[in-house]
Amino acid sequence: MTTTERRKQVHLAAHFPGVNNTTVWSDPAGGSHIEFESFRHFARTAERGRFDFLFLAEGLRLREQGGEIYDLDVVGRPDTFSVLAALAGVTEHLGLTGTIGSTFNEPYEVARQFATLDHLSGGRAGWNVVTSWDAFTGQNFRRGGYLRQDERYERARTFLQTATELWDSWRAGDVLADQASGEFLARPDAGSFEHRDSQFDVRGRFNVPRSPQGRPVIFQAGDSDEGRDFAAARADAIFSRHAQYDEGRAFYADVKGRLAGFGRARDELLILPAATFVLGDTDEEAAVRAQEVRLQQVSPATAIKFLEQLWNTDLSGHDPDGPLPGFDPVESDVDDLYSQGRASVRMHRDRVHTAQEWRARAEAGGLSTRELIVEVTGRQTFIGSARTIAETITRHVQDDASDGFILVPHITPGGLDRFVDQVVPILQEMGVYRTEYDGTTLRDNLGLRHLDHEPAGAAR
Amino acid sequence: MADHLHLAVALTDTGWHPASWREVGARPQDLFTAGYWVDLVREAERGLADFVTIEDGLRLQSDHPWVADDRTDRVRGRLDATLVAARVGPATTGIGLVPTVVVNHTEPFHASKAIATLDYVSSGRGGVRVQLDGGAATAGHFGRRETSFGAADLHDLDSPEVQARIAEAFDEAGEYVEVLRRLWDSWEDDAEIRDVASGRFVDRARLHHIDFEGRWFSVKGPSITPRPPQGQPLVTSLGHADIPYRLIARSTDVGFVTPRNAEQARGIVGHVRAEQEAAGRADETVHVFGDVLVVLDDTHAAAQARRRRLDEVAPYESDALVFAGTPLELADLLEVWAAAGLTGFRLRPAVLPHDLSQVVDGLVPELQRRGLFRTAYDAGTLRGLLGLGRPVNRYATV
Repeated sequence: MTTTERRKQVHLAAHFPGVNNTTVWSDPAGGSHIEFESFRHFARTAERGRFDFLFLAEGLRLREQGGEIYDLDVVGRPDTFSVLAALAGVTEHLGLTGTIGSTFNEPYEVARQFATLDHLSGGRAGWNVVTSWDAFTGQNFRRGGYLRQDERYERARTFLQTATELWDSWRAGDVLADQASGEFLARPDAGSFEHRDSQFDVRGRFNVPRSPQGRPVIFQAGDSDEGRDFAAARADAIFSRHAQYDEGRAFYADVKGRLAGFGRARDELLILPAATFVLGDTDEEAAVRAQEVRLQQVSPATAIKFLEQLWNTDLSGHDPDGPLPGFDPVESDVDDLYSQGRASVRMHRDRVHTAQEWRARAEAGGLSTRELIVEVTGRQTFIGSARTIAETITRHVQDDASDGFILVPHITPGGLDRFVDQVVPILQEMGVYRTEYDGTTLRDNLGLRHLDHEPAGAAR
Repeated sequence: MADHLHLAVALTDTGWHPASWREVGARPQDLFTAGYWVDLVREAERGLADFVTIEDGLRLQSDHPWVADDRTDRVRGRLDATLVAARVGPATTGIGLVPTVVVNHTEPFHASKAIATLDYVSSGRGGVRVQLDGGAATAGHFGRRETSFGAADLHDLDSPEVQARIAEAFDEAGEYVEVLRRLWDSWEDDAEIRDVASGRFVDRARLHHIDFEGRWFSVKGPSITPRPPQGQPLVTSLGHADIPYRLIARSTDVGFVTPRNAEQARGIVGHVRAEQEAAGRADETVHVFGDVLVVLDDTHAAAQARRRRLDEVAPYESDALVFAGTPLELADLLEVWAAAGLTGFRLRPAVLPHDLSQVVDGLVPELQRRGLFRTAYDAGTLRGLLGLGRPVNRYATV
């Protein structure tokens, strides 16, 4: 690599630690998951590290297992829109991306919430569009009953289409607010829309003028063939699960390869896998620390809970230090699963087959139940010294395994501090990472072109 | 009952008068920026107001009560009030933040956690003003949604059929508030135990399904958001007639009403108190605030002239009393109305920021001089400012 050539730039984002066992709340450094101060600290650290954006996941019902609220992980989170709007006031450049499902909302309300967030943040709003649906979560909503499960992808697609038409119903110059002439609007029908399809039958006037970015940056997280096409057609970035080098390259090639089919260029969609990390002063120290963190993440009690999620039955009497159960998992209807509120459990395809794989792996390695769960629930993506991690991230990006990463620290709210203090300067030194923000919007941070105004319905 | 008055400021657009945006000092170009709202709320905070309300709606503003018009000479477009309030939260320290939420097209589960989170980001200064919108225009924005209103054509407000439907709609609003309140209580205050020894983050015995089964919806719970700092954020509502007064008495902490004189104020307060007693809430504090639209200047003549000038540009009839005069004259009026039983006032500035600054620099010092208003924020939460205690959790088992 010559110094005259600008290397492909790394994009980094920060996922606020979530309500699963990745987050080690028992660590003495672990702070509140709900007080605003934690969000402020996390966001400002990400901004100090010149990250593209902060990311929030969604979960609309407290998880249950065996008919009881799951109590081993962090429980509780704030409302996504309210906390992102508040964060807009304590940051200047950081993008603010929220996961909002299409199932328990209506396009008019969600479109105006994102348009408002974009206005209030000066163009920093991002929307991770998800389709999650289950009857369990639906019990919290007046809209919980009527959507058939097989309609949810269609609803997500048409929901985004409808929201896009609402955002496009205002043009950039529609608000004149000309005190001298007395004309507030440039045209009497600003905001007019009409949309009818299998899911929505709506018409009227949208009431938020066009926001700085035109619309929020669209993220998509689905991994199925259908999800990849949806992303290639409509998304600006993918929140992917393929952080490992080989599978990352395969995913990257697959999705980027789909873009041309939708008339889009390769640089119009970023691929950003979620990644965990453990930093040490040396690679050896980091490796030791990583194993300690894994054992914190998979306590004996947590190991049994994971086992129950696959076996789909009560295994509270099982010895976590003993072998896996000798019997096969229990089959049941998806709405009667032993574990409720987890997509990973709901989407599980073949329990018996997976259990056989686990048994084979445990027997081959001489692993106890807990050791096996530590293995199958995944090691951290990046483990090493700051230099090792910086070099690994750079290699992934230069080799098209990703365009960067959405980092998921395991400590709230300080889990990003050391990364920003130690890894970011090395990335900057390597010439693959910004030293200052070079724009004002999330699209600028991501290197995406600004939108021209598109008339409603022209987007596809 | 506290011996001083409570003051709220009702923020909307460039002010309540439709000609406000044309005035010198108005900032119509900034309406859709965070800075505009932060400046206004900080101004109200400088005046030690109990709270601001922020108007909202799920349709474009219109001179017609139910459907959109095609005017281009009025302010059109508004930001989501709950997000605006949340944005303002970390930028302020003492004042309460009360956005409007339209209840008949939205999810109480979402609203509950949004207002709870507002309470977190403002350290205990959050609230909500619940509003019904029965208009056909809004119904069209939501398509299939069934509500008690349906897509009502409400032009004959006094007919028995429309009155029955309005009563149902307010009952639905009551259910909505009940769900908000149950969800806020669905976590006991000490539910998060972080017990490293047992590995448990929460004590699930202190988390509660609310199991609400109503006529219009059912909600299981618990909330995904822990109990907010105030326990119960402030719930408020505006009413002009008996049915909405009942909602105020049964479900809210503060009701906004629109008397035209002291006698009417006395009558309305009496009505709310009777409904409060009927609802078994006689021992609870329910504030009744008089709404007044204010045009304030240093002389009576100047205020009257400005009101005439505004009305010439855009004729305007308010549901509330329009007061055009000096801050001192306004202080006299508020004192008389307070004697009729109102515990506070929600002032609607005709023009922002002019009439707000008149409140802050004119009315507030005058009320302070008379010993009728606080001289500093004297409580850490909005409920505290209003003399409301932190409520016991309905699910707490002790």
